[in-house]
Amino acid sequence: MSTPTGRPVFLDLRRIRMPVMAVVSILHRATGVVMVLSVPLLVYLFDLSLRDERGFQSVMALLGSLPLRLLGVLLAWVLAHHFFAGVRFLLLDLEQGVDRRPARQTAWMVHAAAAITALLVAGGLL
Amino acid sequence: MSWRGANGLRPWLMQRLSAVYIAGFLLFLLFQLAAGPVFAFEAWRAWVAGPLVNAALALFFVALLIHAWVGTRDVIMDYVKPMALRFSLLVLFGLVFLVSLFWSLRVLFSVSPS
Repeated sequence: MSTPTGRPVFLDLRRIRMPVMAVVSILHRATGVVMVLSVPLLVYLFDLSLRDERGFQSVMALLGSLPLRLLGVLLAWVLAHHFFAGVRFLLLDLEQGVDRRPARQTAWMVHAAAAITALLVAGGLL
Repeated sequence: MSWRGANGLRPWLMQRLSAVYIAGFLLFLLFQLAAGPVFAFEAWRAWVAGPLVNAALALFFVALLIHAWVGTRDVIMDYVKPMALRFSLLVLFGLVFLVSLFWSLRVLFSVSPS
């Protein structure tokens, strides 16, 4: 692969070792896409739960089933990661923690906080 | 800096303002859940019908759909290069978000006390 000027481009994803900040950035995108795709489902369940007693019960039964509880833990991690990474990006916009060392530390903190949140939710749901 | 015309600042700012509101609302939800989760239909409906919660939820859905739209737009423009496909996807997601928004607002309005 090369640019119009003929300079080589190195894009072998298996051999690129990404810094942890890049992983946070990509996961922020991926988690965002996952949640965007579940927006219509969220609105549907919200509607159904408020329609009448039967709708509410069916939503509760659905959310209480094992596959949905497992999905809930996964979505909790997705939301938590997007949330913590988002807070980190907002702080970066305010020029907080821009230097390499704090940027690296806060990126690891995002991973850790998301994992802890998912574990807490798993403890509550499973 | 101009606020009109093709300008990346406005969506950039909307993305961040909506993010701050969504984050604050989620924390509010978390505290509500910690204070006492709702497992009954009437209580759930009454909670959503409360004027403050009803308005906060409406603003949440508006912020969520703005946030989702700017993010989706960025992702599509980054990865989908053929113009026809890019345009089709933007229209598709724009419609999905608009329908989701009006749907959620209609639900909120139908629950709120008249």
